[in-house]
Amino acid sequence: MYETIYHRPSSVDEAVALFGKGSDSKYLAGGHTLIPVMKQRLAAPSDVIDLGKIKELIGIEASGDTLTIKAATTYFDIMQSADVKKSIPAIAYLTSVLGDPAVRYRGTIGGSIANNDPAADFPAALVSLGATVKTNKRSIAADDFFKGLFTTALEDGEIITQVSFPVPAKAGYEKMRHPASRFALTGVFVTKTKAGDVRVAATGASQNGVMRVPVIETALKANWSAGALDSVKVSDSGMLADIHGSAAYRANLVKVMAQRAVTAAG
Amino acid sequence: MSTIKLTVNGKAVSADVEDRTLLVHLLRENLNLTGTHVGCDTSQCGACVVHIDGRAVKSCTVLAGQAAGSNVTTIEGISKGDELHPMQLAFRDNHGLQCGYCTPGMIMSSIDIVHRHAGKLDEETVRQELEGNICRCTGYHNIVKAVLDAAGRMKVSQAAE
Amino acid sequence: MGVEGIGASVVRKEDRRFITGKGRYVDDIKIVGLTHAHFIRSPHAHAKVKSIDTSAAKDMPGVVGILTGQQIVDDKVGNLICGWAITSKDGTGMKMGAWPAMAPETVRFVGQAVAVVIAETKNQAKDAAEAVVVNYEELPAAADIRAAIKQGAPQLHPEAPGNVIYDWTIGDEAATEAAFKAAANVVSLDITNNRLVPNAMEPRAAIGEYNEAEEHFTLYTTSQNPHVARLVLSAFYNIAPEHKLRVVAPDVGGGFGSKIFIYPEEMVALWASKKVGRPVKWTGDRTEAFLTDAHGRDHLTNAELALDANNKITGLRVKTYANLGAYMSLFSSSVPTYLYATLLSGQYNIPNIFAEVISVYTNTTPVDAYRGAGRPEASFVVERLLETAARQLKVDPAELRRKNFITQFPHQTPVIMAYDIGDFGASLDSAMKAIDYAGFPARKAKAKSEGKLRGIGLSCYIEACGIAPSKAVGSLGAGVGLWESAEVRVNPVGTIEILTGSHSHGQGHETTFCQLVAERLGVPISQVQIVHGDTDKVQFGMGTYGSRSAAVGLTAILKAMEKVEAKAKKIAAHALEASESDIVIENGEFKVTGTDKSIALPMVALAAYTAHNLPDGMEPGLKEGAFYDPTNFTFPAGAYICELEVDAATGKTSFVNFVAADDFGRLINPMIVEGQVHGGLAQGIGQALLEGAVYDSSGQLLTASFMDYAMPRADDLPSFKLNHTTTLCPGNPLGVKGCGEAGAIGASAAVINAITDAIGNNKLEMPATPDRVWHAIHG
Repeated sequence: MYETIYHRPSSVDEAVALFGKGSDSKYLAGGHTLIPVMKQRLAAPSDVIDLGKIKELIGIEASGDTLTIKAATTYFDIMQSADVKKSIPAIAYLTSVLGDPAVRYRGTIGGSIANNDPAADFPAALVSLGATVKTNKRSIAADDFFKGLFTTALEDGEIITQVSFPVPAKAGYEKMRHPASRFALTGVFVTKTKAGDVRVAATGASQNGVMRVPVIETALKANWSAGALDSVKVSDSGMLADIHGSAAYRANLVKVMAQRAVTAAG
Repeated sequence: MSTIKLTVNGKAVSADVEDRTLLVHLLRENLNLTGTHVGCDTSQCGACVVHIDGRAVKSCTVLAGQAAGSNVTTIEGISKGDELHPMQLAFRDNHGLQCGYCTPGMIMSSIDIVHRHAGKLDEETVRQELEGNICRCTGYHNIVKAVLDAAGRMKVSQAAE
Repeated sequence: MGVEGIGASVVRKEDRRFITGKGRYVDDIKIVGLTHAHFIRSPHAHAKVKSIDTSAAKDMPGVVGILTGQQIVDDKVGNLICGWAITSKDGTGMKMGAWPAMAPETVRFVGQAVAVVIAETKNQAKDAAEAVVVNYEELPAAADIRAAIKQGAPQLHPEAPGNVIYDWTIGDEAATEAAFKAAANVVSLDITNNRLVPNAMEPRAAIGEYNEAEEHFTLYTTSQNPHVARLVLSAFYNIAPEHKLRVVAPDVGGGFGSKIFIYPEEMVALWASKKVGRPVKWTGDRTEAFLTDAHGRDHLTNAELALDANNKITGLRVKTYANLGAYMSLFSSSVPTYLYATLLSGQYNIPNIFAEVISVYTNTTPVDAYRGAGRPEASFVVERLLETAARQLKVDPAELRRKNFITQFPHQTPVIMAYDIGDFGASLDSAMKAIDYAGFPARKAKAKSEGKLRGIGLSCYIEACGIAPSKAVGSLGAGVGLWESAEVRVNPVGTIEILTGSHSHGQGHETTFCQLVAERLGVPISQVQIVHGDTDKVQFGMGTYGSRSAAVGLTAILKAMEKVEAKAKKIAAHALEASESDIVIENGEFKVTGTDKSIALPMVALAAYTAHNLPDGMEPGLKEGAFYDPTNFTFPAGAYICELEVDAATGKTSFVNFVAADDFGRLINPMIVEGQVHGGLAQGIGQALLEGAVYDSSGQLLTASFMDYAMPRADDLPSFKLNHTTTLCPGNPLGVKGCGEAGAIGASAAVINAITDAIGNNKLEMPATPDRVWHAIHG
């Protein structure tokens, strides 16, 4: 790791100010994305601004039709939250199969989505549920937030403050874990909104990161059941392919995980 | 450089370290607590697991600065004098270790597992919960046995307290 | 058996330090004045080193020195050696290319070191290493066997035209050919034995320390065999004479073969400590372990089995290409030859066997012994062939095996090995009973009705352990003898120290070796200390590998014990005024049989050291040594059966049951034996389902961290059901055979046989990832 300067601000405003002062600052929340990259010397931030202890960034609120998770809330706290379990249990489940227990104590929803790893779980939940990402500057719809591999709509120095999820009629998540990294080899989040719309997002599958799966959405809109996908064929064009899964295999997983997610959603 | 103050195994400690210092290196190099090990570079093997404020985390993925002000417990801090922690005893009695390298992290994670699943642990849960700890020697068979055994012992010792 | 004697599941003595965080591994050691080394490694699989510019780096903060490959050559540090000479079928010797500890001219695998930066801190060494400019001229690379042997392939070493190291054969080619001609049925199989990375959890590490006043070196290192390390560093690498070099292998966090070898980093740490005049520590990180620890396996094989009309095996023909990587590691040449082809008879009566092994260089990490070392590859060939034959002939795989089992012992196979004893039918019976083999068809049918694909797979393995005798292995090309040493010291107050050449890095020697003493003398194991891992303390010994510690190391202790007991009996008889032949040892006392006269061991020891009243002519003291060279290998064997289900939609495998029935001869500590089996099974299952080192065509290792190389986790594995059958080894007085590698040898074939049974497609390579299984099901 290269030498850096560590800061622990106590407010979002202070964090933004510190960020501006550094020549190449980076925010850190749980650190489970940035620190491994720094250890490999693939990132060399002049300043590391720790958001993990900023009180205004931690907490979960459920109010009627919306579940709001503040950005520096850890996976563990999300997984344990009675509000999450009650309003969108699929998010609690997704968090329970994300990383390992030690990672769940440190990793945060904000850190996950800001990194936008193509195999991360949370981007699929945000896109499927039609969530809104709120930053210190603006609100961004999930569909507009994720911009391909490791890329988001965030501007330099912008801080995610919270994510708001509309509470759906039904939602489910299933994934096939990568045998080595334990990220999602492919994961699919399915949502039936209260308005009756169906949104399906897959992670770990596309070369462009999290993606909607229109062919599955269409089939499920007509018939919300796992069986409705039996005859659906997901194209393997544009799918990731590596030693752990060919494009055809991942395309198959998108369908199979979608079926299982629908079953889990009820 | 920064001066990091924290509590380790119940003692207030302070160390002057570069800001890039990881908690595991602070423990091993500055505090000579070499029971916490490094087995990988990618936050997966769990040989470095310690408790920060009661939560089992990977000290190779925490900057020393992030741990400032926290209460850190390492493998050296879980026994009460000569009286070993029930998890330590269970690992020994069930032959849950061979080369011993992953063992400190395994024990620290396992204590946390038992705390989180008080009274309702089964083999499948233990195996899932050990996802973040890699052992190359035991095939996990006896580690799983040890954790289940310790869960019973910890219930008894809590009841006795 | 006493409570702590042979056969007792005694809790391990060494555990207390490990469970309290007080183990002492190399990286835990601090020495005054310590510096830290970071190696500059080649990013290319094959390249010329055109220049190394250290000018910017050498003045960076904390830098103590920067040393290059040319300097190591200039200092006449020897090239790395291979300790087993193999002769090709045309009578020529193996073609060995030069391997300097750091490359002065040519790099031949990604990760090969070209220079080292030594600095006050590890971070400073890494910072400075980035400022060292190495200019490479890239060369075309051959990243796998097929690429290395094709016409016009890039040449790695001028000594080895066509990249072939040797083309070696064993067995009677003509007789085997005749058997195939006469066969009623022939079964053929192409097999890839996937390359594995050992991944002991403790990365390799070394500290070199030079004492100028004494002209003495000390090397702390992660070694399974510190004396062999000292011998090689002295005799071949010219770093220090043996009597001026101490090698210490303290607590070592797993080895699995990978810590047998003496690596460049250890050589450099030791050499550099004199160059820079400060102790030098190197601790590898996990990526360095992936790039530089010797890998295992990596064979391409075609195997054929000939059977007569009664389904009796009449011949076996095997052709194997073995990938030895870019250089010949210490025992690499022996692994695919004498440790592999000599086991191709398996548990079966096979009158004719012929095998050809062609070992090749590739631009990859060197390959050498990894848990099992040749025997897993042999077992996989034989057991996949037997299973395939049963399917092709439409007979029960258990019955086909049983029909061909060797039942008369001793049995001379056509490939050198003379099996001394075994009862293969008993192991198979035991495993079949444990898994309810008879009930499997009903379970499979039920699973099918629930939409699941269920399969069962057998593997009846045999291995050869305690590689021996020295004279025999010497005649086959080995550069070392394969005996073991022991010294038993009874101290003046009666406590006992056992000095052994066997090194313990997880195997539990500090407990099991004490159990032998408890058994023979009746003293508690708390009064016995096992001393190992330090060449200044322990007499020359050969170390730990090949499941040899019980059969060879413990027998050496027994031999020394016998000498100690004989002398102690003389002293006791003298003191008790009795005949030596009337003295018996019980509960730590020397008793005159049939009387109530006795003298306790501490009093005998005290008498030996005060020497006030010893028999005439007896030397004082009570300390004896022994060197034990076995007369034969031992032959552990067993039957493994795996039952599993495959999710056809995802290709994911789930275990239903895994049973093992092993015959290890006498068990010293059943708890520890079972632990060894569990660990071996995990590595065998890991090979079958998860693990595989993969290079791209340019020679870049795609699986260089735990992010890409799938290590078995707790939730990948089942609990195992272990059983034991016993035939005592006649070759050593304890009747022990060895248990350290069995699981890794036998498990892979059982898993692949089960999956291919479940999916009804015999074509499936390891690791059988969900992706591969899904493709095998769906085409």
